[in-house]
Amino acid sequence: MPIAPATALLLLFLAGPIGYCVWIAFTNTQLTGSSSSDFVGFANFRRAFADDNFRNAVQLTLAFTFLSSIVGQNTLGLALAGLMRAASRPVRTVTGALVITAWVLPEIVAAFLLYAFFRREGTLNAILDQLHLPSQNWLFTLPILAVSFANVWRGTAFSMLIYSAALAEIPQDITEAAEVDGASGPRRLWHITLPMIRRSIGTNLMLNTLSTLSVFGLIWAMTRGGPGNRSQTLPVFMYDQAFVNSLIGYGTAVALLLLLVGSLFSIVYLRLMKVEV
Amino acid sequence: MTGVKGVTTSRRTRARLASDGALLLVAVSFALPLVWLLFASLDGSADLRVRPPTSPTLDNFDAVLTDEITFTPMLNSLLLCGSATLLTVVCAALAAYPLSRHRSRLTRPYLLTILFTTCLPITAIMVPVYGLFVQVDLIDTMYGTALFLATAQLPFAIWLMKNFMDGVPKVLEEAAWTDGASATQTLVRVVLPLMGPGVGVVTIYTFIMLWGNFFVPFMLLLSPEQLPASVSIFTFFGNYGSVVYGQLAAFSILYSTPVLLLYILISRRLGGGFALGGAVKG
Repeated sequence: MPIAPATALLLLFLAGPIGYCVWIAFTNTQLTGSSSSDFVGFANFRRAFADDNFRNAVQLTLAFTFLSSIVGQNTLGLALAGLMRAASRPVRTVTGALVITAWVLPEIVAAFLLYAFFRREGTLNAILDQLHLPSQNWLFTLPILAVSFANVWRGTAFSMLIYSAALAEIPQDITEAAEVDGASGPRRLWHITLPMIRRSIGTNLMLNTLSTLSVFGLIWAMTRGGPGNRSQTLPVFMYDQAFVNSLIGYGTAVALLLLLVGSLFSIVYLRLMKVEV
Repeated sequence: MTGVKGVTTSRRTRARLASDGALLLVAVSFALPLVWLLFASLDGSADLRVRPPTSPTLDNFDAVLTDEITFTPMLNSLLLCGSATLLTVVCAALAAYPLSRHRSRLTRPYLLTILFTTCLPITAIMVPVYGLFVQVDLIDTMYGTALFLATAQLPFAIWLMKNFMDGVPKVLEEAAWTDGASATQTLVRVVLPLMGPGVGVVTIYTFIMLWGNFFVPFMLLLSPEQLPASVSIFTFFGNYGSVVYGQLAAFSILYSTPVLLLYILISRRLGGGFALGGAVKG
């Protein structure tokens, strides 16, 4: 069976860890002394829901996902794709190339570049100084906003590509007819363009949300979740609990919750898209 | 008629100018961090602001082109990602073939599971994977890490590969069947050569994804001499403080160049009809 090697790998290294995850989440396993691993039922989950730091992480994850993926990447990607259809060729090419370069760069390089951009001595403050606007240490004052911008910088290309393909499929005569009938730009966008690409919007939102939910390297490298815990999203919280505080059981319980949220999104996605296979 | 046309044309021109202006603004803001990277790498005394180097120099590149900083981590990346990519592509091709050609009761559930897995946040399972790797003694081994990297990328590779395979007509394959070729022979001699560009895209895309992956090797590899560039660059600037930004910029460029070049190689194929091979056709 040619399908066997792939299935074996998926079962061993993906289904295996997920099953293990389900088991560990119900124990009090610690990093040191794996012998003391007892079944503790839902204690880890009860602990999570009572833990202020966990609630903080959930809120930050929601803020990060909403700001960077639903508002940022999605809207900017759509705007870029739309503007590109009206823009001149060289501008379109240059902008496209820059946005895609930010996307193809390795995660840690992107993190390092935006770390430099947002630092007190960095480029953003240099520009604000020129404009006589107040500068500040962004990574300290508004860390979650800084990492959200970083995620927009890094991830917008995906939405741009999806929406470019979607807009290219809208028949030109429909838009032209509306234009001749005197429909204004915003009206055409709201009544014609958006309804015609709604499936792409759904797909894009879903995939953006899922990938933003699991961003770790970008945040870890820029702020380590700090200062304090003010940019500690769920993946960073999970890592901190499991490895800094050595609470593998608790960290895994958080991971399981993250996985459940991801699965829910995933199922909704498969449903909405009515994927044909 | 000409009146209407004239109005439309001038409106078009205005729309074009407005769009150009807005896009250029976005382009500049996306470019700033990248321009900083270029300038800093050529500046002997680089700091964190965008500033053209007063006397451009290649000293930063000279300084990082050593075994310890550049060559060993890059070689590790190449070994790790190269072997994982090879494994992914071979397994994906083998798995995609029956999924694309045979309709059985299991095809649909299998494909849906694959698609479902593609969407799962892999980040979430890194803690249990670490625990599991410690128990089965795969922690801090290159092949263990490569196996996991390959698996993490596998669902999407299978999906992409299947979509490319669906585009290969069955006629030639049937000819091979009648000549008595086995399934594997048909796959290797007939189907894969016909979808050469598709296999290329899957291979390069997988490699790019793995090359930039930070979290997996960060968790599973411990000894410094085994670390790939994605993790070594982090330890390089992770200690903040006394970082030589120019050198870090030079190394970032060296580390990013292979994937940028590879992306250019496949961008035309991914470009317009990109849509991730139907997974996001919508």
